[in-house]
Amino acid sequence: MNESTAARPRALDAVAAASSESRRRAARRAESLFGAVVRTAAFAAILVIVLIFVFVGREALPLLWQDATPGHESETVTWSSLAGPTTYPDRPPRHVWQPVSTVPKYNLAPLVVGTLKTTLVAILFAGPLAVLAAILTSEFAPRWVSQVVKPTIELLAGIPSVVLGFFALMVLATWLQQILGVRYRLNALTAGIGLGIAVIPIIYTVAEDALAAVPRSYREASYALGASRWETAVRIVVPAALPGIFAGLALGFGRAVGETMIVLMASGNAALTTWPLTDSVRTLSATIAAELGEVVFGGPHYRVLFLLGVLLFLFTFAVNLAGELTVRRLRERLGGRA
Amino acid sequence: MSSRIPGRPAGAWKGHAFVALCGAAAAIIVAMLAVILFDVVRSGWAGLGWQFLVSAPSEGMRGGGVGPAIFGTFALVLLMTIAVVPLGVLTAVYLFEYARPDSGFARAVNLAVSNLAGVPSIVFGLFGLGFFVRFVGGGIDRVFHGGELAWGKPSILWAALTLALLTLPVVIVTTGEALRAVPVAAREASFALGATKWQTISRVVLPQSLAGILTGAILAVSRGAGEVAPIMFTGAAYFLPKLPSRLTDQFMELGYHVYVLSTQSPDIEATKPILYSTVLVLLFLTFLLNATAIAIRARFRAALRPQDA
Amino acid sequence: MDAGAEATPVKVSARDLDVFYGATQALHGITLDARANRVTALIGPSGCGKSTFLRSINRMNDLIAGMRRQGTILLDGRDIHDPDVDVVDLRRRVGMVFQRSNPFPKSIYENVAYGPRIHGVSDRTTLDEIVRTTLEQAALWDEVKDRLGASALSLSGGQQQRLCIARALAVEPEVLLMDEPASALDPLATARIEELIHELKERYTILIVTHNMQQAARVSDTTAYFYMGRLVEMGPTAQIFTNPSKQETEDYITGRFG
Repeated sequence: MNESTAARPRALDAVAAASSESRRRAARRAESLFGAVVRTAAFAAILVIVLIFVFVGREALPLLWQDATPGHESETVTWSSLAGPTTYPDRPPRHVWQPVSTVPKYNLAPLVVGTLKTTLVAILFAGPLAVLAAILTSEFAPRWVSQVVKPTIELLAGIPSVVLGFFALMVLATWLQQILGVRYRLNALTAGIGLGIAVIPIIYTVAEDALAAVPRSYREASYALGASRWETAVRIVVPAALPGIFAGLALGFGRAVGETMIVLMASGNAALTTWPLTDSVRTLSATIAAELGEVVFGGPHYRVLFLLGVLLFLFTFAVNLAGELTVRRLRERLGGRA
Repeated sequence: MSSRIPGRPAGAWKGHAFVALCGAAAAIIVAMLAVILFDVVRSGWAGLGWQFLVSAPSEGMRGGGVGPAIFGTFALVLLMTIAVVPLGVLTAVYLFEYARPDSGFARAVNLAVSNLAGVPSIVFGLFGLGFFVRFVGGGIDRVFHGGELAWGKPSILWAALTLALLTLPVVIVTTGEALRAVPVAAREASFALGATKWQTISRVVLPQSLAGILTGAILAVSRGAGEVAPIMFTGAAYFLPKLPSRLTDQFMELGYHVYVLSTQSPDIEATKPILYSTVLVLLFLTFLLNATAIAIRARFRAALRPQDA
Repeated sequence: MDAGAEATPVKVSARDLDVFYGATQALHGITLDARANRVTALIGPSGCGKSTFLRSINRMNDLIAGMRRQGTILLDGRDIHDPDVDVVDLRRRVGMVFQRSNPFPKSIYENVAYGPRIHGVSDRTTLDEIVRTTLEQAALWDEVKDRLGASALSLSGGQQQRLCIARALAVEPEVLLMDEPASALDPLATARIEELIHELKERYTILIVTHNMQQAARVSDTTAYFYMGRLVEMGPTAQIFTNPSKQETEDYITGRFG
């Protein structure tokens, strides 16, 4: 009880005793081992991206350099059969996706058209809503409005796409049919609006981030010149954040192109190359989902579906990269929030 | 003195109109969510009940419940979590504790993570089939089972691993945010006492980031529980007479069940009540997970704020 | 008093130490001796390099990316940058107390036991004793002995800083580096810390960075004045404060700038 602080307490020697050279060596070993483990984990993240490309590509590639078996030329897939129209003796040539037939036709045009139609509808529907809502919450709204809108967006982002697909299929399709009086319940418009609901959160979030990154000094400078809030928002803040808003639209577009369940359930899945939005369509992603379950492993149809996967991967990769870089550059230029 | 600048009131109506337009957009978004929730709850509520949650589908999916699908969903996300959390946390630890932010490797990892987040879920499905089922599973069969089919077919393990890769960015990003919230001073205190990096991370940094890691895990689970496209070809089944008991078994899953009920039923009107109740269960599950994650995250973000100042 | 300052052996010794952060040079050829059982105060205006110097002694600067160094520091005559020197062991022998108290969000007990634990002490009774004796040394024991399990964050600012001192002492260092340990505290808590520094120098070699002239005058035996990364002047505290040999030192001490 009465140990003076000047006398070295025995217990303290325990630390020096325990901290022996062998223990330190063990600690150093643990240290380098752990360093290797985290580096490997980080490397795995890169590896996954590469593997996705390699393994999806690996299943698709044999398609492109196989030779036509004599007598079965029509069954083999070539660049021209993927891109060019099918010719008929009695009808004008058409672009046809008809993988299950005596003469399978793997023309990608209908799928690309279908994908473009649904995604354009989605962006035209979601873009203005999401961007305007972002401007509202970042520039005008009182606190309580933001406290309603932001959780709504978070909840919307949390809805599984299969539920949105279900909603588009069961409810939205019926409403649209009643309002517009269209022939097919399931069409590009229905699927596109369903898709739009799915991409609102991503566009909103990126746009809101971009608006919030505009430095307060820009706004203050504008107010000091006598500009009102809305003039400041429209003439100063939005233009400054414009690259970020476009990045949000691009990321939303990328997401819409890749989204599967909603279009699979609500687009009607007819591979048509017509213009009206009220016709059924078949998209790239939905084609994979609908047909992969019924193909012969390793057959041409199987490989074409993987090729669609490669196209989707490359396309979304490019869109995301562009969006990501835009956001990063904007943030650096504005020097706002880190 | 006359001014060449016109008076303010002339343009005021434009401002009001613009704000009103923004407000309308926000209102439409809120209304859409409300309509979806209202529709699902109204039509799905009646069918809910203990019996519905535990029993198996019957009468060609026109009766019974979603017991096996709930079980399968839980088993799936559990396996997924076991795979994704360690990998995601370690990657985040590398990015935020080890890597110099300007190093080429760190940049490459960051780029890979953000691109991984953008890969379409159906592509993950293709990858799961091509890599896990055909390459890994098929490889195991060739080497250990003499080519007999055991692992080289869709199963809950391959589906869970596919989902783990899909949710990896979520875990990395949220964990990274939590690591950043740990003050530099805490790390310095530990280093100054002679702790190694590993000791500092395992005893000081990670315990302080637990809430963030938990958030990441929950968000990943919520995302994983709702994804259908990646598991369609890697393990999910329309209907199974019994529950999965091994890693190589197939399984039923809520999201997939919604898809099956809404598109494959010969008589949609008869399936409708069950379908709505299933959607309600799935929605409730994902919202509950998301709300939990948001609540935890709000707490650690609040803890982070004073450090910023 | 001056003779006493000369009597003890040199514990820490810097030799022509240059430190660079990227392209900027933070320290220029610092040569300085700190003697055992003495308090050496490092004073000077902000950004003069005194904290950088302090953090060089336990090699905390190694953690900063882009740091480069020439020259060296000797601890007991041995080069701390010698490849054989384990930085973990160095930091155990050279403890550090930071400007802002930074207890871990753990219990009071666990904060003190953290160091011993990472160095391999796992025996509970030994840990208990270490916790008690170091808290006693840090003059905190009587205030916290009944609530060792309470969170360290529940303590007042001054108590937290003494806890951080106890935590640093628990690994049984030989040298104690203090980076403005009282700058965030009120006068009463500052007085406790200064009192504590007096007691601790019986057993430790102490280097303290401070902005506060009076504090340097009160607690230290030797004072070193840093300006723009250079050591301008160093000598017995009484001499530096009453009769500095350089005009710059006098200007700073008398408050003409800084």
